[in-house]
Amino acid sequence: MSAELAMLAVAVVTALACALPGTVLVLRRLALVSDAISHAILPGIVLAFFLTHDLNSPLLLIAAAGTGLLTVVLIETVSRSGLVGEDAAIGLVFSALFSLGVILVSRGAKGVHLDVDAVLLGQLALVPFDELVVAGHAVGPKALWSMGVILLANLALVVVAFKELKLAILDAPHAAMLGFSPAVLHYAVMALTSVTAVGAFQAVGSILVVALMVAPPATAYLVSRRFSAMLVASAAFAVTATLAGAAAAFAADVSIAGAMATAAGVQFALVFLLAPRRGLLWQARRRYRQRLEFAGRMLVVHLAHHEGRAEAAVESRPDALHRHLKWSHPFAQRVIRYAAASRLVHVAGPLLELTAEGRRLAHRLIAEGPPRPRV
Amino acid sequence: MLELLRDHTLQVVAAGAGVLGLTAGALGSFAVLRRQSLLGDALSHAALPGIVLAFLLTGSKAPLTLMLGAAAAGWLGTVAVGAVVRRSRLPYDSALGMLLSVFFGFGLVLLTVLAKRPDAAQAGLKTFLFGQAAALLRRDVATMAVLAAITLLLLLAAWKELKLLACDAPFGESLGLAMGRAEALLRVLLVVAIVIGLQTVGVVLMAAMLVAPAVAARQWTGRLGPMVALAGALGAAGGVAGAVLSSMVPRLPTGPTVVLILSVAVATSLVLAPHRGLLWRWLRQRRTRRAPHLDPLLMHLYALSLQHPDDPEHGHRLGVLRTMSPREVDVPAALEALAARGLAQRVGEGLWAPTWLGRREAEKALQREENADVR
Repeated sequence: MSAELAMLAVAVVTALACALPGTVLVLRRLALVSDAISHAILPGIVLAFFLTHDLNSPLLLIAAAGTGLLTVVLIETVSRSGLVGEDAAIGLVFSALFSLGVILVSRGAKGVHLDVDAVLLGQLALVPFDELVVAGHAVGPKALWSMGVILLANLALVVVAFKELKLAILDAPHAAMLGFSPAVLHYAVMALTSVTAVGAFQAVGSILVVALMVAPPATAYLVSRRFSAMLVASAAFAVTATLAGAAAAFAADVSIAGAMATAAGVQFALVFLLAPRRGLLWQARRRYRQRLEFAGRMLVVHLAHHEGRAEAAVESRPDALHRHLKWSHPFAQRVIRYAAASRLVHVAGPLLELTAEGRRLAHRLIAEGPPRPRV
Repeated sequence: MLELLRDHTLQVVAAGAGVLGLTAGALGSFAVLRRQSLLGDALSHAALPGIVLAFLLTGSKAPLTLMLGAAAAGWLGTVAVGAVVRRSRLPYDSALGMLLSVFFGFGLVLLTVLAKRPDAAQAGLKTFLFGQAAALLRRDVATMAVLAAITLLLLLAAWKELKLLACDAPFGESLGLAMGRAEALLRVLLVVAIVIGLQTVGVVLMAAMLVAPAVAARQWTGRLGPMVALAGALGAAGGVAGAVLSSMVPRLPTGPTVVLILSVAVATSLVLAPHRGLLWRWLRQRRTRRAPHLDPLLMHLYALSLQHPDDPEHGHRLGVLRTMSPREVDVPAALEALAARGLAQRVGEGLWAPTWLGRREAEKALQREENADVR
């Protein structure tokens, strides 16, 4: 396996592993818990590292999962006391734990290689050179195997507890009433989030963990209406962001982790602007359409009012619209084009004339009167 | 110790940390009350690309240039989050998480671009990531102090609007005050406070500088003015204490030390503060739980004393009180307990009466019950 391919494989597997718990976090409005966990696991990692002196030891994963759960429990305890808002509780807990971790690193890690840089930023470029050796054969990067296992664990949770997850996300009290335990599920998701975060931090760093856990699910949230669809879309967006980011990083020779986060953000921005039906452009187009449609109705009513009367020679001229309906000239032109295209009016020399269809619409609108407020 | 305090470097670092603590504490109060504690976290991460870009464009490492870059990026970030939350159904916390990680990732990309430049002038920009209080120069602290003074003056100038914003924004709106403008001002001030702190405590721990002093101060007072003042004082004290402590102990980084000191202050305040503190609350609950029959007994004494309007301290016989109480109540012991709390008194052999305080307590309890009935 070439180094680039190995890096790419690790990145894609990591992104997929993050997208699954990330979807649950985004839906449960716990997105920032991923930020808290990915920082707060530092002291757990450091302590376990002091014990084992091996960054790939499974003890690190266990310690990190424990610290992650501790973080979640601490946040919940502090915010449940009613003295502190949940947002402040998150800020307090993770920074205290992270500070503890940084102090542990700088006090204890003399001569051992573990710096805060590496935790925050990750070192994807080093991943291909740390291969797993089984019976004398190199079988690929260790990180690929560990993230692969984590991905499978996340996938297993989502598949096995799909119904329970859906219920807990939509209506936790209802789930509890039916005899499911949203709390157990909640802590299972949190434990897996912690394990995923610690598995991923070596490869991509803790800040990118946040990007991978939040950005693809957030993008998927814009385009999907079902939990299952959102999971699939998150996974797909995770892969595209990873590939685009890695390609850009290889081409420009910049930080891969950073480029992946940036690509995830750009991808979100594109979907936010362009998504069918919900994107900003669609919203703007719909609003413009509605405005035009309404103006077209105003136009036919206006014409019908004056039709067949002496003043029609004045009122039915296009430039009268500017004065009487307070439309700008360009807008009036657009309305006329729209109404003509919809076969409501036709232009007869200098005057606008209603078509039979336009007349019918106008009389119906006049008969209906102004829309009544709905009770 | 005294010699240490005369040390020039320490003076500069302590002054920097103190200025930062003062500003962050005061402004953080508003963020915490508005339940936007994590906006600070997101903005401090979002500042990174601004800092690097400012350096890339100007080639200058002057604090003011970098701060302007950070402020511009932070402002852009809040605008983006606002647009996403208003125009899509993505929840606020997911938008913040994306702002944080994507901007930070882009900052990392820019940092690697910078690292490839031959002049190697980027050294020092990394201190913005993790903060390096020891590297603070006198002119940095001077810039920080000027910015802090401007920030605090603006805070005072817009005090009325900001107070309404923090406590009851809709009410402020109804008074015709420009709440939108007040919020924009608060964000700008927050960005400035963050920019002041980045060099000292770094991106990750900036959130704690904003949140911790404010949460601690909130425990001790229910009024905004004292809270802001106390938060500022706590932040400044924590900053100076952290700087001194980290200079006394080798390999103790300043930023995390400050944050841990402030975290201890928060924990102490959460537990010990009068009225709101957990210990206080626990004692109150225990008192009512341990003696559920005391209140009825006091009410009986009060009812009996009403029979003697001209001599409220007329003694009532133990037997009467026994008859009025349920059988399982140890009436003499309960009367002693009431006496210990100053609510009842022994006026003769086997004769008891409520004290003035006891009668007032009973009246208050009756009043409460009446109010509850009305409701």
